[in-house]
Amino acid sequence: MNRPWLLWIPLAVVAFIGGLAMYGLAVPKDEQVHSAMIGQKLPAFSLPAATAGVEGLASGDMADGKPRLLNIFASWCLPCKAEAPYLEALKKAGIEIDAIAIRDRPEDVAAFLNEFGNPFRRIGSDSEMAVQLKLGSSGVPETYVIGGDGTILYQHIGDIRAEHVPMLIEKVNAAK
Amino acid sequence: MMAEAGLAALWLAAAMALLQLVGGMTLLRGGAGQLVPLIKPAAYVQGALCAFAFLALMWLFYVTDLSVLLVASNSHIDKPLIFKLAGTWGNHEGSMLLWVSVLSVSGAAIALLEKRIESKTLNATLAVQAFIALGFFAFLLFASNPFERLVPAPVEGNGLNPLLQDVGLAFHPPTLYFGYVGLSIAFSFAVGALLTNQVGPAFARAMRPWVLAAWIFLTIGITAGSYWAYYELGWGGWWFWDPVENASLLPWLAATALLHSVSVLATRNALRAWTIMLALVAFAMSMAGTFLVRSGILTSVHAFAVDPERGAFILALMLIYTSLAFVIFALRIGSVKQGEPFQLISREGGIVANNIFLSVILAVVLIGTLYPLAAEAMGDKISVGPPYFNKATVPIAVLLMLALLIGPMLRWRRDDLKRLKYWLIGGAAILLCSGIAVWKFAPDVGLFPLLGIALSLALAVAAWLPLRGRKLLRTPLPIFGMVIAHFGIAVSVFGMAAESGFSSETLTALAPGESAEIAGWQVKLDDVNPVVGDNWVAIEGELQAVKNGNSFVLRPQSRQFFKPEMQTSEAALLTRWNGQLYAVIAQPDQEGDGRWQVRLWWKPFVPFIWYGGLLIAVGGIIALLGRMFRRAKKPAKSKWQTS
Repeated sequence: MNRPWLLWIPLAVVAFIGGLAMYGLAVPKDEQVHSAMIGQKLPAFSLPAATAGVEGLASGDMADGKPRLLNIFASWCLPCKAEAPYLEALKKAGIEIDAIAIRDRPEDVAAFLNEFGNPFRRIGSDSEMAVQLKLGSSGVPETYVIGGDGTILYQHIGDIRAEHVPMLIEKVNAAK
Repeated sequence: MMAEAGLAALWLAAAMALLQLVGGMTLLRGGAGQLVPLIKPAAYVQGALCAFAFLALMWLFYVTDLSVLLVASNSHIDKPLIFKLAGTWGNHEGSMLLWVSVLSVSGAAIALLEKRIESKTLNATLAVQAFIALGFFAFLLFASNPFERLVPAPVEGNGLNPLLQDVGLAFHPPTLYFGYVGLSIAFSFAVGALLTNQVGPAFARAMRPWVLAAWIFLTIGITAGSYWAYYELGWGGWWFWDPVENASLLPWLAATALLHSVSVLATRNALRAWTIMLALVAFAMSMAGTFLVRSGILTSVHAFAVDPERGAFILALMLIYTSLAFVIFALRIGSVKQGEPFQLISREGGIVANNIFLSVILAVVLIGTLYPLAAEAMGDKISVGPPYFNKATVPIAVLLMLALLIGPMLRWRRDDLKRLKYWLIGGAAILLCSGIAVWKFAPDVGLFPLLGIALSLALAVAAWLPLRGRKLLRTPLPIFGMVIAHFGIAVSVFGMAAESGFSSETLTALAPGESAEIAGWQVKLDDVNPVVGDNWVAIEGELQAVKNGNSFVLRPQSRQFFKPEMQTSEAALLTRWNGQLYAVIAQPDQEGDGRWQVRLWWKPFVPFIWYGGLLIAVGGIIALLGRMFRRAKKPAKSKWQTS
């Protein structure tokens, strides 16, 4: 053969595929599906109050020039109970939080707030998950960072843990 | 006691493999070292020890010895015997033990039976075989010991994943494994011949039965897997280009190409370097297949077999074997002499066309399967699905079919197309007429189903032509095998084309007593009843399907599972010789008028896909039997062939 380097191509292919496979094994798998709405304006909605004593939530309420968090939760959801103290911590840090309760009953929401405290400014009741779907949210709990103009800036999937609190504070402050 | 004996046998077998490897290395250093005569006996002993270890594990499953961790976590005292035994390989450790046992027993068989190649090449082949086995022994002994004890022993055992308690599925993975192991033997032969510079017809004849056997197992495994996905997953599709399906298709494509090129090498002493290359690629693909299934780096319906750490081990083994082999290839292939020349229009030329098209399909499927991984490495998340695979592979498959219409009729070395002019005209006429007929009958059927039907009809005739002018009783069995396998391709492609071009589908809402019509079938909803199962409740429709005065009952269900909460459709299938009626019942119609949503498909000729697959395998089996008979009948021939 007059071009001996050609013979090394198979080895190069093996090395390349091996490298890819090693990368695939090494990098933790991110199975989450992020919302396609990130970077876009909130869809228009207007939800009734989820329980007595806390106002309902409309998309216009969140486009008042002030960035804040939007928490998607439900009283029947266990991780939502687990993240309650960190929502409280975020509120103490001066972050405003609105919420949407998914497929919930007023008395259950009231009991939930009684037990875990109420970090929320407003809570809309999304009994048919219609707004949740519009937001591109695939489960509870999820937390969005909403800009002052009502733009969806960031989506956090799953419960908020201690290590996420500073990150969320920073994201809200960066939007100011 | 049995568990300890099995483990000891494994250690001893590993020692035997090491002995074979060291013996082989002294052999290649030029010395006729004292270890060389030990290579063959070591292969026998290694094979026997591995067979014993596997039988020991099977025994432990048979008596349900729950003090063994593997038995306790994969079996149950009340399980039917067949699933107890299938439990031996229905788990990671056991399947790896099966892998290495088949490998070792095959090594012993080669040592015992193979007389056609020089003893130096045979010893080198056994040493390579031992080298592969050593990797798997290390894997078994250090990372997944099947004989590990569990203290204290539980009373009942866990049971096998219920999804896997299916007779078909109990035998699907080992079938593919046999195929993979067979390719590892072809690999050992190729590297052995490369190391001792014996790439020639004798080596090809020795390797061919193993390639053929591996290819038969892969064909059966893929056909069975495709049917299982079709009826069990209930999506009504027979191939999804899922990464794990591709993982079994890739070695099959390589093995099919190898099977053809090895014939050229055996008969005509041409395509030497290419055949070696294909043998290496085929084994690399089978290792890649095992890796993709076990590591779970690509999302797939087969996620139950996943374990990343073991994936890393298999990846390491794969990279060691294949990169070493390709290094040897690059260094030594220059010393392999050019094979016999041939002209473009010749049997060799036809087989080269087959090899090129198969290799391109292989590359296309490999790229599509790995692309999501590469995209992810560059920060993008995508999945590659049927639109890519169909568009990219089907045109090449059409070319492959065209080559198949002519190739088997050509003579070795050189031929003239004029000799075949009657067939060329006849074949073109069949293609044209059937194409026009299909187009008349269904103008909007689409190009590829139309081409598929025309080509498969032409091939259904062309496949038999190599028998023309032969005395049937004196025709060698491998020729029959080839003819039947090629006919099987025509049958299978016909099924695929008919299914993708002519399936009809209807979605209606029926109240009990009302009927719908699809493809000449009158389907009446007789009744809807609730039924209950272990962990589900369902509504079951009773459908009466009538065509030409024949009446059949179909009972599709819509099931509601509790844990986890999930709704599934259990399709009902009615198989006729010329197609299948596929029925699914869904929820009550929204308006609450007592109607039920019923979805019906008529899939014409869809069973042909699997009949064809089985015919292809039968062709392979006939060819294999022919090769074995011929060898048994003429042992003297081998003496002058080995020089």
